[in-house]
Formats: sequence, C-alpha cells, structure tokens
Amino acid sequence: MMTTSSLRLRAGLVSIALLAAFLGIWHLATRSTAPVATMSPEYAKLMGLTATQGKSAMPGPLDVGAKLWQHLKRPFYDNGPNDKGLGIQLAYSIARVGTGYLLAVLVAIPLGFLIGMSPLLSKALDPFIQVLKPISPLAWMPLALYTIKDSSISAIFVIFICSIWPMLLNTVFGVASVRKEWVNVARTLEVGTVRRAFTVILPAAAPTILTGMRISIGIAWLVIVAAEMLVGGTGVGYFVWNEWNNLSITNVIIAILLIGIVGMLLDQILARFTRMVTFPE
Amino acid sequence: MTDKFISIEAIAKRYPGAGGATTTVFENLWLSMARGEFCCVIGHSGCGKTTVLNILAGLDAPSEGAVIVDGQAISGTSLDRAVIFQSHALLPWRTVLGNVAYAVSSKWRNWDRVKVRAHAQTFIDLVGLTGSEHKHPSELSGGMKQRVGIARALSITPKMMLMDEPFSALDALTRGTLQDEVRRICLETGQTAFMITHDVDEAIYLADKIFLMTNGPGAVLAEVVENPLPRDRGRTDLHRHPLYYALRNHIIDFLVTRSKTFAAETPGHDPRNVPLVHIGKPGLSIASNEEQRQTWISGTSPGLTA
Repeated sequence: MMTTSSLRLRAGLVSIALLAAFLGIWHLATRSTAPVATMSPEYAKLMGLTATQGKSAMPGPLDVGAKLWQHLKRPFYDNGPNDKGLGIQLAYSIARVGTGYLLAVLVAIPLGFLIGMSPLLSKALDPFIQVLKPISPLAWMPLALYTIKDSSISAIFVIFICSIWPMLLNTVFGVASVRKEWVNVARTLEVGTVRRAFTVILPAAAPTILTGMRISIGIAWLVIVAAEMLVGGTGVGYFVWNEWNNLSITNVIIAILLIGIVGMLLDQILARFTRMVTFPE
Repeated sequence: MTDKFISIEAIAKRYPGAGGATTTVFENLWLSMARGEFCCVIGHSGCGKTTVLNILAGLDAPSEGAVIVDGQAISGTSLDRAVIFQSHALLPWRTVLGNVAYAVSSKWRNWDRVKVRAHAQTFIDLVGLTGSEHKHPSELSGGMKQRVGIARALSITPKMMLMDEPFSALDALTRGTLQDEVRRICLETGQTAFMITHDVDEAIYLADKIFLMTNGPGAVLAEVVENPLPRDRGRTDLHRHPLYYALRNHIIDFLVTRSKTFAAETPGHDPRNVPLVHIGKPGLSIASNEEQRQTWISGTSPGLTA
C-alpha cells in the first residue's frame, strides 16, 4: 500500500515536471525574437503583429491560457452561425456521437447475439462483415448525403456505421465463446432459450461486449471531428476548420485540447461500465 | 437386480472420423442401476466414461440405443438428473447464494424470491457453507466451490446425481472431507448416484457397485463389481476390512492389465449380461446369470498392493 501510493505520487510529480518542461519549451519557442522591420505606419496597419512587433505567429501557452479562460467563462454564447461558444459546439458533437452510437448499440448487440448463437448466420454474414468493416466511415458520406439529403443526419449515419463494427464483432465473439460448461449448467436446469440468453450468455459475454463498445466510442469520437469538417455548420470539427479559416491558431489549439479531454471522458465512462460487468474467475 | 431404476440399453456413440470413417467410442453398452444405489465407473481416459455420463444427463445423445430412467426413456436434459461438473461450473458473476438460487428458481419458476432464497440457504447449510452465501466463486477455495456445485445439484431434489470426477481437481484432504459429505448426503437423502472416478479408493469408499470399463475405442463394460464392504463403512477403518485389499487388488489388476487384454481374452463377452463379481470367500462368488464366470478373489490377500 505504502509503495503503491508513493509510486503514484512519484508518477504524478514526473507528469507535472514533463508538463512544465513542455510548456516552458513552448513558451521559449514562441517568444518575440524576429527582427522588426521598419515600415510606414499605414503599411504596419495592414501587416500582422508578426511583422510589426516580431511576435511569433504560433501562440504561446500564455495566449492559449488567456483565450481558454475566455471560452470557459462564456461556453454557451451564440452570436450567430459562425460564432458560437465552445460548449455549444461540443454539445452538438456529443449529441451526434451519442445518437449514432446508441443506434449502433441497438443494432449491433441484438444482431451480434443472433450471429453468435447461430453458426449458420455467422458463416453466412461473415463475407459481408469482412468487406464492410474496413471501409473508412467517411467514404460513406457522399452516399449518405445523396440518399438522406440532410447533412446533420448524414453525420449521425457516419457515426453509426463506424461504431457498429467493433461492437458487432465483439458481441459475436463474446456470445460464441461463452464457456460450454455454463451453457451446460443452464441446459441441465432446463432453462429456456430466452432465459438462458439473459441469465447465462449475456453476463458471460458482457465484458467482451463492453470492450467492443469502448473501442466503438473511441472511433466514433475520432470520426465526428472529420465528419463535421465535411458537413459544416455546427460541432467541434466545424469549429476547428472555421478557426483555421479565421487563422486563429489559438482557438484551434484549444479545440484540440478539448477534443482530447472529451474523448478521454467518454472512454472513462465506458471503462467504468466495463468494470461493473467484469467478473473475476 | 430387480428394480431397474436406471437402465441404459444398447447405447452406442460414434463420431464421424477423417475420410468418411466413423470412430466408435463404444457400442451395445448395457448398464442398470437400482434406486438409491451409488455406482462408480472406473476406466482409463478415452474409454467413453464421460460420454456415458453426458448421455445419462441428456447433454449428449447416443447414436443408438436408449436410456430409461424410472420407466421412461429420456430425451434431453432434465431437472430430475442433476450434474456435478468436474470444473464445478459455477457462474462467476453470481454469489454462492445466487448460484444455488438460480437452480432453485429454474425448478420452481413460480416461487417468490424469499422462498427461493430460503430453500437455497437450506442446501448451502447442508454442505457447510453457512456464512459464505454472499461470496463470489473467485473468493472461494477449490473445495468450497465444489461444495457449492454439490449444493446446487442437491437443491433441485433430483432423482439422481451424476458426477464427473467431481473431486479430481482437489487436494487429498479436501477430497476426503467432500467424499464424507457426499456419502453422508447420499445416504441421508437416498440419492441414486452415478460417479466417474479415476481414484480406486474413492470408488471403494463411496460405491455400492463399481463398473469396470475397458480401454477405448470400442470400450465395453467388462464387469460390475459389487462392493463387499458394509454400507456403514468408515473412512478410518476401511482398510481393516478383510475384503478391502482383495477388492482393491482386483480393480487395480483390471486397470493395469485386464483393461487392455479383456477383449482378446474374453471372446464370449455378452454386453447384455455383464458378469457381476462378488469379492469374497471361495464358493460365495456369483457370476452372471447366464454363464458361470467364476471370479473370486481370496479374502486373505496380504496387505501390500500395487
């Protein structure tokens, strides 16, 4: 106990030191060092700070921190289509991921159960799954836009199609590899198929299914940023692209940071669910 | 054998082998047990013991023949026949009480929670696990897990218990204790029991009848040995019984040599009338009802065994 807590403490100290070193190097690398050209005041007005004050175009950690603080103070403001608070943009992204992901759960888990319990279906559907699985979810986008004719729903469809495969394959694997002896216990107790599915196969396969769900949420969060860059309008992916067009590298960095944090939180939530259904043997 | 509570009639098990050939594990196997009898099967690995047990349980179907339990041919599994698995097969996400209650609620589907729990608790107490009801299988020792397996099997008050080497994964001390428990419970409840074992001493201590099977493939039931030891035998003075070593030597001789040579040496073996061997003094031995196959072993053999 003593050693684990001290290990944790030491690891924490190293983490803080690494962060401090990174911020320090970042700060030093983006200091104003470039020579300031002499120019007429009219011309200087047209030029950016890089030219007039020798300031680096890449924001330093202090600029990012200040801007982040502004965003955190007003996360939900809405000044029209191209100027919404980061909270609103993240909420749009999370809502899209949540919808597409839940639809995928509703399809993948029952379907995976069927395929896992039926060797016939498993063999029959295998070629389709093998072909569909490696398709980049964004490749579906034009097809989705053409058939659905709604960019927001198309984005949800892309999330659905990218998060379905890990869940489906893990459910099939988990269901098919439930220990024979547990199934035999249910058989000797004359437990019917439906009750057996819920009382033996589901709990036995749950850790594997949840692992698939955890992989899926990670992929869904990766894909939403790219999808929103394509469909535009709202969401954190659109925010990144919009700020790049505004040449606001500070906002881009902030968005990158927040995408990472939200992704981590989503993963942690699924990790907690996985722990809840995992049983020690 | 007047009361044939369980009768295995001419069962065979064949598997499709490579190139269209079929592998016959055993065929034309006949076996019967009376109500309340404790029978052990001994034979080398691969002789089809587990297959016989799985067929009895209904987990496996015979390629030919039938199994009749209490006057009815069986098809599939039944709550009348409880199985104690070698690997205990507890559901690891359920507690001890949960595992036993699962069996209870499977048998009595309309019982409420309280009644199911109370019934399960009775059997947990019976196997001496009072106080561990809320532990998960991972928190239990091997012996305790197998006790839960026994409680689960008993809780559905089956007509018979089928045990596939239930104690083989346990250490010698635990095995001894559990053998005592199983013997006590079976005697108290009048259970009919069918047990597979590799342990000759276990068979002698527990069984009323010991079935000896030859080596597979093409295994046959060679002999049914009646246990000459009194029913109220005790573990501590078992070996002092005058017939103990005769019985033990007979079984070990069978396992060491005769299980391999039996088929060649006994061409007229009738699988329907397997010789019933009484171990005892000369003249007391009785062979099968068809043909007098004199099989007696002196009751005064020396105490050293193979």
